[in-house]
Amino acid sequence: MTEMKEKRTPDMSVEIAGVKFKNPVMTASGTFGSGMEYSEFVDLNHLGAVVTKGVANVPWEGNPTPRVAEVYGGMLNAIGLQNPGIDVFIERDLAFLKQFDTRVIVNVCGHTEEEYLEVVERLADQPVDMLEINVSCPNVKKGAIQFGQDPGCLEDITAKIKRVAAQPVIMKLTPNVTDIAEMAKAAQAGGADAISLINTLMGMKIDIEKRKFVLANKTGGLSGPAIKPVAVRMVWQAAQAVDIPIIGMGGIASAEDAVEFMLAGASAVAVGAMNFHDPCLTQKVVDGMEQYLIRHNILTARELTGAVL
Amino acid sequence: MKKKTTMTVTDMRCLAEGIYSMKLQYPEWDMPQEVKPGQFAGLYPNDPSKLLPRPISICRWDPGRGELRFVFRTAGPGTESLAALRTGDRVDMLGILGNGYDPEKLSGKRVLLLGGGIGIPPMVELAAVLSKLPGTEVTAVMGYRDSDLFLTKELSACARLLIATEDGSVGTKGNVLDAVRENDVRADVICACGPMPMLRAVKKYAAGSGVPAYISLEERMACGVGACLGCVTKTAKVDEHSHVHNARICTEGPVFEAGEVEIG
Repeated sequence: MTEMKEKRTPDMSVEIAGVKFKNPVMTASGTFGSGMEYSEFVDLNHLGAVVTKGVANVPWEGNPTPRVAEVYGGMLNAIGLQNPGIDVFIERDLAFLKQFDTRVIVNVCGHTEEEYLEVVERLADQPVDMLEINVSCPNVKKGAIQFGQDPGCLEDITAKIKRVAAQPVIMKLTPNVTDIAEMAKAAQAGGADAISLINTLMGMKIDIEKRKFVLANKTGGLSGPAIKPVAVRMVWQAAQAVDIPIIGMGGIASAEDAVEFMLAGASAVAVGAMNFHDPCLTQKVVDGMEQYLIRHNILTARELTGAVL
Repeated sequence: MKKKTTMTVTDMRCLAEGIYSMKLQYPEWDMPQEVKPGQFAGLYPNDPSKLLPRPISICRWDPGRGELRFVFRTAGPGTESLAALRTGDRVDMLGILGNGYDPEKLSGKRVLLLGGGIGIPPMVELAAVLSKLPGTEVTAVMGYRDSDLFLTKELSACARLLIATEDGSVGTKGNVLDAVRENDVRADVICACGPMPMLRAVKKYAAGSGVPAYISLEERMACGVGACLGCVTKTAKVDEHSHVHNARICTEGPVFEAGEVEIG
C-alpha cells in the first residue's frame, strides 16, 4: 500500500518580540501611507502588518518638489517626512487601521530626542502593536539619520525610547554606515526588541540637459530592486552580529526576493518602493511565499529565517 | 475604484514631432464606471528597469468601446518606450486617477478652455463633455510652439477654436492669453492645463478679471494614489491629508481652483 503524501498548508505565522504576525509580510514605512490608499487594491486583513509612514509630534511640511525621480531599477525620494503629526494620526489613521485584522507598527520620526519621546509616549495607550523608530531617514536636515550613524548615539536613543515605550521597539537602521554589524549591536545594546533594515541608500541624479539636480533636495534615498543585493548582504551581516529579530527590506519585488531576505536572517520582510509598481504586490508576496513553502515541503515560514547553508 | 489593468493598444500614431496618440482598450469585464475630463492614468513602460507609472492625462473616453485615448509627448526613455508600442500590444495601466474637472460647475456657462502644449489633450475630453451640456458655450484657446499643430480637428468639432503659436505661424503670435486678449474672449469660468509659467499667468489673469479658474497641475509622481507624498503643491489653506500646506496633485488634484494653490 502506498502512503498518500499529505500536502499541508504551511504555517505562515511568525513572532517578533512576543508579537504574533499571521505572516511575515509587512509594508515598508513611507511606501504605503497608513494603508488607506492601498486598501483599494489589497485586503489589509491578509498582511502580516501595516507599517505606517513616519509620524512626528507635530505636522511636518516636508521638502520642496521635485521630491521623486526614477533611476535604473529603482527610484530616489526626498519627501522629507511630510506627515500630519500625532494628533491627526491617532484620530484618523490609527482609527482606520483598527478596522482590520492586521498588526499595526507605527514608524516614529523626530528632529530631537524630545520629539521622538513625545510621540512614543503619546502612543503608549493606543492600539499599536509595535513601534519602529526612524533613525535613518537621509532626507531631513536635523535629527533622524544623525541618531543612526553613530553607534554611541544609537544605543543612547534606543535606551531612552525603551524607557518610555509601552510597545516593543524596532530600530530602523540606515545602510549609510561603514559597518552595519556595529550599528545592529548598538541597537541591541540599547535594548531594542528588533531591528529593521535597510532604509534607503543616499543617492543623487543630475539632469545633464539642464545641468540641474533632479531633486530639489539635491540628494535623495535610493530604493527599489537596484538596492536589493546590498540589503540582503546587510541583513545577513546584522544577523551574524545580533540575537534580536530582524525585519528585512530593500527592493523586494517578489516572493522569491522575500524568501531570500528570510534565508539571510530576517524573521519578517517589508515590501517598499515596488508597491508603486504593483499596488497588489504585498498580497502576491504572501501568496508566493506560501507556494514556496509548499513546493519545498517546509512546514513553517519561521524555518526560513537564517536558513542559508 | 482604482485598478492596475492590462490594456490592449488599439491605435497608435504620431500626431506631431514628439507627440503621440495611443488608444487603449479595457478588457470587457474590467471597465471603470466613470471617467471625468481632467483625470489621468499611470502607464507602465514595458521595461523592468523602470518601475514607476507615467502619469498621462486622458484625452478621450469612449465608454461604448471601453477605449481611452492618450496623447502624450516623449520626454525620455519611458515615454519613448510607450511611443514604440503598436496595435495589439499590451500595456499595464493604473487608473483612473485624480479628481478631474467638475462639469456641473461649468454647465450653462461661457467656458474658456486654455491649453498649452501637452496640456492640450485633456481639453479635448472636457470640450466634448461640455458641448453636450445645454446652454454651455465653449471657447478653446490652444497654444502651440509652431505650425506643427495637433488635436485641432477634435477641438473644433465641439468648441470655438482659437490658436496661438509662439512663432506666429498660425493664429495669434504669442501665448494663449495673447490670443484671448486679441479676440476679446469673454468667459464666466476658465479651465486650463499647460506648463507652469502659463498656469501662473492664467491664475493672475483670472484673479484680475474676477473669473474663477480651474487649473490642472503636473509634478513628478511615484505612486499615483496618494501614498508616497511625492507630488505635492503648495496650498493657500491647510491641506486635508497632512494638515500642512501641501496637497497631493495625484489625489486632491490634478485640477485645483486657482486660488487654492500657491504656484508663485
